Amino acid sequence: MAHNCIYSAADFKSDQQVKWCPGCGDHAVLSSMTAALAKISSEDCVPREKFTVVSGIGCSSRFPYYVKSYGFHGIHGRAAAIATGVKVANPDLNVWVATGDGDSLAIGGNHFIHAVRRNVDLTMMLFNNEIYGLTKGQYSPTTKLGKITKTSPFGTIEKPFKPGELAIGAGGTFFARSIDAEVALTTELLVSAARHRGMAVVEALVNCVIFNDKTHNNFAGDKAIRAENTILLKHGEPMIFGANRDKGLVFDGEQLRVVKIGESRGDGSQSIVTEQDILIHDAHTTNPMVHFLLAGMSWPDYPVALGIIRQVEAPSYDSEVHRQVAEQMAGTKIADIDDLLNSGATWTVAKS
Amino acid sequence: MDTQNIKQISDVVVRFSGDSGDGMQLVGTLFSDAAAVEGNGISTFPDFPSEIRAPQGTVAGVSGFQVHLGAAKMTTPGDGCDTLVAMNPAALKANYKALKPDSTIILDADTLTEKEFRKAGFSTDDPIAELGLTEYNIISPAITSLTREALSDLGLDIKSATKCKNMFALGLCFYLYNKPLEHTFDYIERKFAKKNPAIAQANVRALKAGYNFGANTHAFANTYNIKAAVLEPGTYRMINGNQATAWGFIAASQKSGHPLFCGSYPITPATVILEELAKRRDLGVVTVQAEDEIAGICTSIGAAFAGSFAVTTTSGPGLSLKSEAMGLAVMTELPLVVVDVQRGGPSTGLPTKTEQSDLLQALFGRNGEAPMVVIAASTPSDCFHYAFWAGKIALERMTPVILLTDGFIANGSEPWHIPQMSDYPVIKPPVVKNIEGDYFCYDRDPEAYARTWAIPGTPDLEHRIGGLEKDRRKGSVSHDPHNHHTMTELRAEKVARVADMIPRQGVVGAPEGDLLVVGWGGTRGHLQGAVDRMRAEGKRVSHCHFNWIDPLPRGVEEIFSKFRQIVVCELNMGQFAGYLRMNFPQFDYKQYNKVQGLPFTVDELVSHFNTLI
Repeated sequence: MAHNCIYSAADFKSDQQVKWCPGCGDHAVLSSMTAALAKISSEDCVPREKFTVVSGIGCSSRFPYYVKSYGFHGIHGRAAAIATGVKVANPDLNVWVATGDGDSLAIGGNHFIHAVRRNVDLTMMLFNNEIYGLTKGQYSPTTKLGKITKTSPFGTIEKPFKPGELAIGAGGTFFARSIDAEVALTTELLVSAARHRGMAVVEALVNCVIFNDKTHNNFAGDKAIRAENTILLKHGEPMIFGANRDKGLVFDGEQLRVVKIGESRGDGSQSIVTEQDILIHDAHTTNPMVHFLLAGMSWPDYPVALGIIRQVEAPSYDSEVHRQVAEQMAGTKIADIDDLLNSGATWTVAKS
Repeated sequence: MDTQNIKQISDVVVRFSGDSGDGMQLVGTLFSDAAAVEGNGISTFPDFPSEIRAPQGTVAGVSGFQVHLGAAKMTTPGDGCDTLVAMNPAALKANYKALKPDSTIILDADTLTEKEFRKAGFSTDDPIAELGLTEYNIISPAITSLTREALSDLGLDIKSATKCKNMFALGLCFYLYNKPLEHTFDYIERKFAKKNPAIAQANVRALKAGYNFGANTHAFANTYNIKAAVLEPGTYRMINGNQATAWGFIAASQKSGHPLFCGSYPITPATVILEELAKRRDLGVVTVQAEDEIAGICTSIGAAFAGSFAVTTTSGPGLSLKSEAMGLAVMTELPLVVVDVQRGGPSTGLPTKTEQSDLLQALFGRNGEAPMVVIAASTPSDCFHYAFWAGKIALERMTPVILLTDGFIANGSEPWHIPQMSDYPVIKPPVVKNIEGDYFCYDRDPEAYARTWAIPGTPDLEHRIGGLEKDRRKGSVSHDPHNHHTMTELRAEKVARVADMIPRQGVVGAPEGDLLVVGWGGTRGHLQGAVDRMRAEGKRVSHCHFNWIDPLPRGVEEIFSKFRQIVVCELNMGQFAGYLRMNFPQFDYKQYNKVQGLPFTVDELVSHFNTLI
């Protein structure tokens, strides 16, 4: 089939019946993803057969079955490792990973940090609903401290991970965050993530309607709440948020602080905050300090950061592997296995 | 050469031993290589502790390398040794039990000090008497000081000069066995000349000094000559099992046209396979040193899905960690080879020692009904052959395969008649590139039951696989009870049908007799040695050795039925014997088992077999 590289989101929907619960946030992310795939395939001329979606275990890990592309549904926690193998073996492929907070931050935590550290060219959608859904409601590594779940009947006593801190701490080159309901934003972030050469982690804050309903609602409940309690970061733009765009973030050299434009800085000085005082988002700086702080902001002290928090260039692992292969193949005297077997110290037994 | 007596002998066993940092593995290898190039049959047995540098001078830190060289093909590294090189009293203490009567001990006189005796745990200042070795032929040159003296004008620091003492000992052995030094000069030249000419010169000097010491001082009453073995004409090289395994995979990759991918995690004694493969970017080999054993196999499964010939390498504890992922490879029916270089277990066990105790884990150690092809290599060089065949089976039959080797054959080396790849068969995996109508990824070949392999990137064959049970036809997720039963049978039958592509079981020796010695994997040389010796004495003993474990080859019952007794010999507590009882319950199996982290000895086998007939 000749590729005209014109795809719609419908071209990426498989014939499988989607079996997530009604109201589950994963539905929205699936829509965002198929839209993102259509956009990338059309604009960058990537034919559908070049896409491969890999997952682990959990609700979100059913994702590959619902996308009409090559797909691999792995085992619990191992999606990042499997996807690393796919990408390194076949760097032509556009490889996506669908995984959750249990899959990638608990049982697969090791693979997660190492895929990030190596900067494998993968696009990871990390669905964070702060609960184990498929096993029916046990706490996960991102569950809020004190939360009562089936395995924490007296409240959890574990401090949760923030996936962004983990990714940036592991040397990640791309981290972004969205909310299930923000379909257009998620789509945009997934497109940017897929175009990033290296490991791109997109945390999708999703709602588990059955076992952890409304866990993100304090800042994500509706449009009005989101306007006041989240901040959409854009590279090169000031960090302003609020329905009236009257709040912003400043950096005092040690930490971020929320300020109100037109009011006192609140740092003991008499100065009034102007728009010029607001921190400009530099997603491209290699220094991870502010990115780390942005990724760690949580309600109610801070607005929750959405958008691309960090996006820096670095060689991807798979491209480095194949650079070495090309260099070694060009410079070797050993062209095939026969050459190899006869290399080094050999001796000949003559016919007697 | 001086006028000393040169005795012709058929074979000899030499063991080099010293502290872990003394370079005993290196000189053992160089001695073996030189003798091999001179045409001797060779079998080697490196034996070392798991600590890298255990406290100097203690028995725990002793590293040994035994080589058996002879005027014929050597099937074992020998039970006991004729010459023991002991670089210190601890080495003597660790190895004296391996001495044959009348053997020669070369002991560094510089280490015969009170301090060394105490470190080695001697209670007296006379280790020879304490160990009851006064009847042996003991040569004790001052190896350390003679080496330093020989290098005194080279301006080396004392530590670097002392390090060359292993070369002095090697030179002395070359003199004793009338081997030329040139091969070792070549090695030193290749290894050090560019990087460190001073060290190269020092090593050459020490080697010559050891040789000359032997010649000038008439250190030995006799020297020995071992004729070249009569070998098939051709080109030869030395090879160890791990290297052969790595190269067998590269061969399979080349014959299949699918690039080789190895995701792996370092583990003794398998690591060398990964190291060998990592060197071969020039042949397009991709290696990923994964973050753990699970990632090792999972990256390989991903690579197999993406179209590579994927392998992963490990040892027992790693095989345990890979179990779940092996089940995934069974379920997704992807080509994958898992190498288990067996070591002493359970748990961390004896990491540097050999054992055959992972057999049942390889056969059955997965959740669910999860059959895999299991193959066992049996000599250092045949690791190449079985690695190649593991690849051929995996790729053509779309199944994961476990290749079992062990620490003994993985580290051991022997001369190898280098094969030509034109003599090896082509490998044709069932790759699909286009198809009429809908593509169903679990459609099977009607004979082999292999499913087709549509590689991501191929237009119109987009499909999804995974660990959930799949519909037997469409490949979509299925929870249908009867479908699950059918798929279970299909997966088992696919493995069973591999019997169609492997040779019938053979027997060495007469096809009938009083005793059939049965073994599998890396014990081949010792069992064959024992059977050969008994047959030479006129005993009606034969040897039936298995490399194909699951499926078992055809023809086994016919062989077993012709012997009065069957004894199954294994370096475990009877795992293969149990497997044979399960498969062929009509026979009675005696067992001979050893779990000491050591290979069998021919002597112990012969004496046991004699009690059976």
